[in-house]
Amino acid sequence: MLSYALRRLIIGVLVMFVVSGITFTLTNAAIDPARAIAGEGATSDDVEAIRKSYGFDRPLAARYVAWLGQALQGDLGSSYRQRRPVVDVIMERLPVTLKLGGLALAFALVLSIPLAIAAALRPNSWIDRIALLFALFGQAMPTFWFALLGIVVFSVNLRWLPASGSGTTAHFILPAIALGYYAAPTLMRLMRAGMIDVLASDYIRTARAKGLSEARVVLKHALRNAVLPVVSVAAVQFGFMLGGSVVIETIFAMQGVGYLAWESISLSDLPVTQAIVLMISLIYIVLTLSADLLNAWLDPRIRIG
Amino acid sequence: MTALLEVDDLHVRIPTPAGELHAVRGISLSVRRGETLCIVGESGCGKSLTSLAIMGLLPREARRSAARLAFDGVDLAGGSRRAIAGLRGNRMAMIFQDPMTSLNPAFTIGDQLVETMLAHRKVGRAAAVDRAVHLLERVGIAAAAARLGQYPHQLSGGLRQRVMIAMALMCGPDLIIADEPTTALDVTIQAQILRLLRDLQAELGIAILLITHDLGVVARVADRIGVMYAGEMVEEGAVGAVFERPSHPYTRALLGCIPIPGRTPRRSPLGAIPGIVPSLVGTIQGCAFAGRCTHAHEACAGTIPVRTLGAGHRSRCTLAPDTFEAAARTASLGAIGR
Repeated sequence: MLSYALRRLIIGVLVMFVVSGITFTLTNAAIDPARAIAGEGATSDDVEAIRKSYGFDRPLAARYVAWLGQALQGDLGSSYRQRRPVVDVIMERLPVTLKLGGLALAFALVLSIPLAIAAALRPNSWIDRIALLFALFGQAMPTFWFALLGIVVFSVNLRWLPASGSGTTAHFILPAIALGYYAAPTLMRLMRAGMIDVLASDYIRTARAKGLSEARVVLKHALRNAVLPVVSVAAVQFGFMLGGSVVIETIFAMQGVGYLAWESISLSDLPVTQAIVLMISLIYIVLTLSADLLNAWLDPRIRIG
Repeated sequence: MTALLEVDDLHVRIPTPAGELHAVRGISLSVRRGETLCIVGESGCGKSLTSLAIMGLLPREARRSAARLAFDGVDLAGGSRRAIAGLRGNRMAMIFQDPMTSLNPAFTIGDQLVETMLAHRKVGRAAAVDRAVHLLERVGIAAAAARLGQYPHQLSGGLRQRVMIAMALMCGPDLIIADEPTTALDVTIQAQILRLLRDLQAELGIAILLITHDLGVVARVADRIGVMYAGEMVEEGAVGAVFERPSHPYTRALLGCIPIPGRTPRRSPLGAIPGIVPSLVGTIQGCAFAGRCTHAHEACAGTIPVRTLGAGHRSRCTLAPDTFEAAARTASLGAIGR
């Protein structure tokens, strides 16, 4: 188990390096950092002066190595716009995004897993049809529209929940539901299909032949095996929620990382953009690593090769 | 003494897009304490469904009906779910065909053995673990205590089937239903597993209902035999009587398909049964085997009588066995004459 975890960790670190290289190259190719700092009214002499003083005239590879050296020490540079360390700018926004993503994932799991089990126990029954209908709506409905619908019903008409901001937990309820409902159908379908497969397997028949209660057969013997593919996908979904909640954070005016990413890109704030991409890839790597470890813990065939 | 397992007029019907598949068509059988009844037949004759119907493990869409289905007096067809669940895995246990897929890959052998006992007996985990170790040793697994922590994928097929047998024995059952328990195993392992089952039966007095397509297996372990064809029991009786004096043309044909060392002449062609099993969708008029039977005549389209040929030896055929013997003599005389 330990060597398995170590192997996965080393691969994760290598992926981080590759991602950081690609990010650095692409952002610097897309935006001229000197021009971005100088602003729109600057003369070309000003731009050249900035280029020299910031060291942007050095080769890309040399700049990457310098940036990487600092990044490894926890220094991701300073924001061009806010004139403060990038790390501080991101750390300020991260809690909101983490809370939103966590709540959204919890909502998605709590909704989809029980529904999927109920549907898989009786395929083609009314509960199965409701589950599939629910999944269809979730997949077909754009997140922003569902979010606006939520605001109209629960904030404007019923006045139960706040429509914008991220001050209290109440502010997180609507965005988390909107974001979670987008992720839930995939998890639900995957869990349902896995459960139907597993319930038809020989070892479930064995469990029944042993005279175990139906609850034990389903919740112990079937669930453990059916949940495996769901774990990996849920991890990726969670990464998406943390990195890609730009639309939801913008609609609900939440001061999260997604909103920050949108701001930095539109303002050509290179260091912040780079750092966000790097952070999102780090989150993905950590999540897939945890998903792999969780799967190894759940499935002895991975753990003991 | 009354039978441990009584089955009378058991039917299993499965709805399919092509119509209702009437897979088991009025099977009656009984198993007494301590005896082995073997049910033989080709693939698709309904023998596995019969065993699953007895255990109440049919697929959800299948429908079961029976005039009587009882285990030691407990009604398995109309009895309470609790009472039946209390019997399953406890007093009647089942061993399946494929040991590679019949154990849950996510849990240890020990966990899967122990939970059977914890589900039925008021014993502590330690006592259940002791019993598991004892039984693993009894079924011939070395280093039993260390095996408890292993997962199914770490064991060979033969070992897994031994684990399945130990699991069936956890609660000291009166009846074990074994559905093709050796089919998925190597020939050498098959022999070991059969010997193990026979020894356990002699030692513990367990009744066994063994489902197989292998007449070699039947010859080794059976006390009585039931021959199934197209969802019906066509012949049943003590194994000696049926092997010595097979009375249904299907049984005779089946036995003709097996070479017997020392008895079957070298280079003589092995028997084969022409034709295929009839579709089990809808009703079958008369004898289901008539289409493949060399002795078929007009009466085979009518109601088929069940002939009693001796103590417990019955055959579902319009013709008396003497008729075939006379025919066989004429045929062999003819062959010699030519």
